[in-house]
Amino acid sequence: MKKTDTIAAVATAMGSSGIGIIRVSGEEAFSIAEKIFRRSQGKRGTQPGKSVPQKIRTDVRNIYYGHIYDGEELLDEVLLIVMKGPHSYTAEDTVEINCHGGVLMMKKILETVIKYGARPAEPGEFTKRAFLNGRIDLSQAEAVMDVINSGNQYALKSSVGQLKGRLSEKIRELREKIIFQLAHIESALDDPEHVSLEGYPKVLGEVLKPVITDIEKLLKSADNGRVMREGVKTVIVGKPNVGKSSLLNVLVGEERAIVTDIAGTTRDTLEEHIQMQGISLNVVDTAGIRDTGDRVEQIGVSRAKTAAEQADLIIYVVDASVPLDGNDRDIIEMIRGRKTVVLLNKTDLETVVTAEYMESVTGYPVIQVSAKEETGIKELEDKVKSMFYDGEINFNEDIYITNIRHKTALTESLKSLMMVMESIESGMPEDFFSIDLMDAYAHLGSVIGEEVGEDLINEIFSKFCTGK
Amino acid sequence: MPYLEESYDVVVVGAGHAGCEAALACARLGLETIMFTVSVDSIALMPCNPNIGGSSKGHLVRELDALGGEMGRNIDKTFIQSKMLNESKGPAVHSLRAQADKQDYTREMRRTLENTDHLTIRQAEVSEILTESGRITGVRTFSGAVYHGKAVVLATGTYLNARCIYGDVSNPTGPNGLQAATHLTDSLKANGIEMYRFKTGTPARADRRSIDFSKMEEQLGDRKIVPFSFSTDPDSVQKEQVSCWLTYTNEKTHEIIRANLDRSPLFSGAIEGTGPRYCPSIEDKVVKFPDKERHQVFIEPEGLYTNEMYLGGMSSSLPEDVQHAMYKTVPGLEHVKIVRNAYAIEYDCINSRQLKATLEFKAVEGLYSGGQFNGSSGYEEAAVQGFMAGVNAAMKILGRDQYVLDRSQAYIGVLIDDLVTKENHEPYRMMTSRAEYRLLLRQDNADLRLRTIGHEIGLVSDEEFEKTLKKERDIAAETERLEKTNIGASQKVQDFLRRHKSTELKTGATLAELVRRPELDYVMLSEIDEKRPDLPDDTAEQVNINIKYEGYIRRQRQQVAQFKKLESKRLDVDFDYSAVNSLRKEAVQKLNLYKPMSIGQASRISGVSPADISVLLVYLEQRRHRETNV
Repeated sequence: MKKTDTIAAVATAMGSSGIGIIRVSGEEAFSIAEKIFRRSQGKRGTQPGKSVPQKIRTDVRNIYYGHIYDGEELLDEVLLIVMKGPHSYTAEDTVEINCHGGVLMMKKILETVIKYGARPAEPGEFTKRAFLNGRIDLSQAEAVMDVINSGNQYALKSSVGQLKGRLSEKIRELREKIIFQLAHIESALDDPEHVSLEGYPKVLGEVLKPVITDIEKLLKSADNGRVMREGVKTVIVGKPNVGKSSLLNVLVGEERAIVTDIAGTTRDTLEEHIQMQGISLNVVDTAGIRDTGDRVEQIGVSRAKTAAEQADLIIYVVDASVPLDGNDRDIIEMIRGRKTVVLLNKTDLETVVTAEYMESVTGYPVIQVSAKEETGIKELEDKVKSMFYDGEINFNEDIYITNIRHKTALTESLKSLMMVMESIESGMPEDFFSIDLMDAYAHLGSVIGEEVGEDLINEIFSKFCTGK
Repeated sequence: MPYLEESYDVVVVGAGHAGCEAALACARLGLETIMFTVSVDSIALMPCNPNIGGSSKGHLVRELDALGGEMGRNIDKTFIQSKMLNESKGPAVHSLRAQADKQDYTREMRRTLENTDHLTIRQAEVSEILTESGRITGVRTFSGAVYHGKAVVLATGTYLNARCIYGDVSNPTGPNGLQAATHLTDSLKANGIEMYRFKTGTPARADRRSIDFSKMEEQLGDRKIVPFSFSTDPDSVQKEQVSCWLTYTNEKTHEIIRANLDRSPLFSGAIEGTGPRYCPSIEDKVVKFPDKERHQVFIEPEGLYTNEMYLGGMSSSLPEDVQHAMYKTVPGLEHVKIVRNAYAIEYDCINSRQLKATLEFKAVEGLYSGGQFNGSSGYEEAAVQGFMAGVNAAMKILGRDQYVLDRSQAYIGVLIDDLVTKENHEPYRMMTSRAEYRLLLRQDNADLRLRTIGHEIGLVSDEEFEKTLKKERDIAAETERLEKTNIGASQKVQDFLRRHKSTELKTGATLAELVRRPELDYVMLSEIDEKRPDLPDDTAEQVNINIKYEGYIRRQRQQVAQFKKLESKRLDVDFDYSAVNSLRKEAVQKLNLYKPMSIGQASRISGVSPADISVLLVYLEQRRHRETNV
């Protein structure tokens, strides 16, 4: 558990509403607010550049107008509501930051609040605190308990589920390195006559350097949204060989999907994260949908259907150079009632299917593109952007929340490892390394949903021969 | 049939390290106490290694001493070599270990017991516990005598249905060929107590005259000896010490072992008990770590008046011909004469999760237990449990509150919490890595942590307690003085710093700031600290540690504060968790099985998630409201 017990979360829906609220509750709520909020006064203050840091009064409930800063970086113009406990929802000291409702901004502000000392709230945690502090009627206790456990189980599932195999593998690998070093230190402490720590601090420093670099890389990729599947879940569907993979490659800007002209090349679903005019898309390329006898391909097809069912946005790619067939009709049936953009691809070739026709059979907007010539991409981006800002498509909120948690955990583990490095440099005795190494190990574990338990003891006995 | 019948306040079954502490604690608190042993000559016997203390075990002994236990004083009277382990490492892992004169240790403890008022020693095998509607009423011996008691402490060690094994030889005896206790297990089972079968082992003893020490490395004791007990005057223990010796196994040894594995009862399946991983037999080590070219063998004296030497590191259950052959491959042991064979021992113990953290059985009121009977291993682990079980049995009879030390107070707390909370399938040994707040749980501050509790229990005298209070005051005053004393960049100071490769001062600095520098410490600074008061070594050590590691200590204190919050939320041990709908099934099952005493303990049970804990908190709150509103 963290030292500070101040929690934060976005209290409004992570949609594209006009206003978003970030709620911060706990002992440090006010001190965090003081670090990131600059109050504006009078007309002068409406210019963000001229905001002046000024102490906010926390002894009474109050609303302040001003700006949120991360250090010197201006984030947003906000209203800050200050509520001294017990006169708040949780009955703890609480601040609520009313910011502009953009998802990216809410996310940015929440991350800043966390950076300055809060931790992401667990599902139902505000309510739990409200209850424990006597703010909620007893009859609601059952509901509170249900929210806590079902929320957590869902969060855990989605947390583990959304991690790419590569990421969890990486984290496991880092954890293994850390626990081995921990076990080395601990077995030497428990059995100094068997295991020596002669010259060890230097060795440990060398081992930890690449671990630290790896975590830094993970954090960076978390920022780019390339590691964790955060964003609008977008699925590209279409018959085999209509150019889905080529389109993905154009959007991503690199050869990610294997492109051949053999129908059925993409047998599994591929995934990429792309930033489209500031909107984060999590794009899934799927195997072409067709009635197929090939077993492997069949699995791919059923996965494609599942992916489409869970999508926030579907991009349906049609080959303009060949007529529609039964498979297309299945797809059109499948996407009925879903947020969809239809792409008429291969418009560089001779076309037999027109945009007007497609629009009439699907009822969705149609954009003519050529993945090969890279035309029509701008139109697609504009369309997606406008759908997003009109609120037609949304972020997946739960995934977004678990991502913040992952990031926090990675940051914490990084901090702990830096402390180990500091201890090494200042010549502290080896047993001091363990404290922070264990913290790093535990934080990394929380990313992949693994607890510490008896790991260390088991590692000591399996890797080190100790005991008389 | 007529039979002998007597009444006591407390009945202690067993006179090993747990039994002795339990009996002494109860008798010293004024309760009429009887202690049973299968042999009066084996009181406080050390049937395995000839040491007291060691990494983390040394902590246990010092904590026990601070609380008013006997082990520390007894080893101070009987040690023949003493060493502070891990001296080059941080203060949290410094740990005392002493070689005992085994016979002397036993004799001294027996003398103490025999001269304690209210304490009766009785040689007899207890074969039955007597209960009445879930409450203990006494015990019956094999001869049929009945001893009534308001509380009973079981400390049977490794004697229950014990079996000693090497090769295909299997003797139904306890350690050292002593009589096993073969009846009590059935009586316990009849009372609904779940039993486990554990295994441990001990190496051979050899004749000193047959060993060539010139081929071994000599291991000396410390030049300056630190006593175990806070009430022992350090000057009184500075004495001549004996040496231990170090030699190594080699490929030849390992070949012999590998060639005869099929004759080892461990690998043939003749031994069914679960052995400890930290104290592996030599055959275990060779099998598990095939890449290791050699293993250490420590040759340690068993006492001043015997030629027997303990072959530490070579515990084994191989047949005796194989044992002899493998010893002879070790440098210095070429002509070794074995006095006692190495053997493995199998015995009955309990599933310790049937105990409350007070060491009272959940199912039988007034029945307590401690030591290897609880599934632990080691003299020190046994002693501290025996002590806590004895104290709580006494508290129960006296109508006082029970004592539970938590994980932030003592290694004893960690040990007992682990035993009653975690799945344990091997004899449990204390390790420093098990203590999450070890920076605070140092062996050097056990008195500061626990004397108050010992005094409150009634086992630490006012005089001893006053010593601790004075130490506390001295530490506080001296720490404050160092924080406030500014020292200028005088020639003398700069010279001093230069000599110790420390950065010279630009302006002034406080003495405390200098203590914090890695290359300096409190003792070194005496040279430039003119107004320093004359303080005892242990007080000075505390001042040094408090200042030097202040940042780390503060962080641990914060963690402890967090930990205490959950620990202070009590749970009812009779509560049925299936009444809480939102708990996951696994959690309900585990919680009902363990019946934790606090939310904190519940959170350490594997299979209980943080979300379950949140649910429990909400549930408790709801119930509290209801109760206060009725």
